[in-house]
Amino acid sequence: MNSSPTRLVLLVATRKGAWLFHGDAQRSAWTVDGPHFLGHNITHMQIDPRDGRTLLAAAKTGHLGPTVFRSADLGRTWKEARQPPAFDKPSNHLPARAVDHTFWLTPGHASERGSWYAGTSPQGLFRSEDGGISWTPLPAVNDDPKFREWMGTVQDGTPDGPKLHSIIVDPRDPAHLLFGMSGGGVHESRDAGRSWSTLVEGMQVVEGFDATTVTFHDPHCVRICPSNPDRLYQQNHCGIYRLDRPGTAWQRIGRGMPAEVGDIGFPMVVHPRDADTAWVFPMDGTDVWPRTSPAGRPAAYVTRDGGWTWQRLDQGLPQQQAWWTVKRQAMTADTLPAPALYLGTTSGELWIGQDGGSRWASIARHLPEIYAVEVAELQ
Amino acid sequence: MKVLVPGALRSYTGASHVEAAGDTLHALFADLDHRYPGLRFRVVDELQQLRPNMRVFVNGLSVRHLDHALQPDDFAAIVLALSGG
Repeated sequence: MNSSPTRLVLLVATRKGAWLFHGDAQRSAWTVDGPHFLGHNITHMQIDPRDGRTLLAAAKTGHLGPTVFRSADLGRTWKEARQPPAFDKPSNHLPARAVDHTFWLTPGHASERGSWYAGTSPQGLFRSEDGGISWTPLPAVNDDPKFREWMGTVQDGTPDGPKLHSIIVDPRDPAHLLFGMSGGGVHESRDAGRSWSTLVEGMQVVEGFDATTVTFHDPHCVRICPSNPDRLYQQNHCGIYRLDRPGTAWQRIGRGMPAEVGDIGFPMVVHPRDADTAWVFPMDGTDVWPRTSPAGRPAAYVTRDGGWTWQRLDQGLPQQQAWWTVKRQAMTADTLPAPALYLGTTSGELWIGQDGGSRWASIARHLPEIYAVEVAELQ
Repeated sequence: MKVLVPGALRSYTGASHVEAAGDTLHALFADLDHRYPGLRFRVVDELQQLRPNMRVFVNGLSVRHLDHALQPDDFAAIVLALSGG
């Protein structure tokens, strides 16, 4: 559907609350709505594209346990989930676990109204069929001995805890699902999550480790191309990759990045209509892994040929002494005719990259640490 | 019995002091959750353990185990630990 939207909304999830930024279709003026849930760690906020008004927000606080809040009126009012994601007691003698936080929210297939998926820390996959009011664990992931082995321990995960993320629903088939685990590889189901196969062939691991061991794989962000769902892009702990199905081997496409920048980072963004175009935002993965913009000069990089070549996009961004970190959920693109990029930094800055990242401008500063940025067009 | 509720949970109870019943802390939290849906899971996880940064004091004494027995005239205080950021 290509009718022009009347407005845009940015959903900004931070370590200390959530904000909505309402913008006009020209993306020239933004009105702030927030904070919502001031003081809560909001790890992700998503809109339901099937109705354009339901929001889900994954929340916890420094003290209180994890939950999900739901708004049916674009954030004017919120109600807590009746049954937030929580692990079942495993029936097969595996150690019981507790959800520390819900990390990732993905709306279900367009044909399945009310369906949502959630990924948690420690790694768990959950599904809701009532619009996020109640959540059911998927035992084929959460309580499978092999998955448990691949998930490792809390010490094997990211500094904020191991995550299940990048939950993808194939727009052609609601039963075709993918997700990533940091750590624990990329996995695919073709039967709505009842059984899974692993997709790690071609992905590299940290030097000295065995790439055939699934637990060593750390995909940071996996995206499916809406215009060609047989194509996946991935930003990994060890490079940028592309996978064209029905192939099963990821190809490292980050080799074409400038050597002084490298191909390490967190977010991966795909073009809404051109499967050859994708963006990354490199981080310094050298030495002790600063995870900041290389040389203190932040930039997005775009490929327009499926990863063979990359171009730097830094017009309008600080040219020096900007030690940004952009997390895996904190960069996205809208679907307007010339898509704009949006990103949030851990230092609380919100930026727009007009015309595919060609011209960057600040939307907001002084927010808390930004965990996630999503954008939606509202009719 | 009387239960002191921390500020972080007042969005559930609407008050700092509430009444609830139970012969153990488990039962007390079940009753609190019945009266204030959702409250229990913010304090007690699915392993039936107090969350790491939550504390419960019964008559001024710290209690970690939820099978701790209670009397009707006990005073239970749910408290945020000095942590959390």
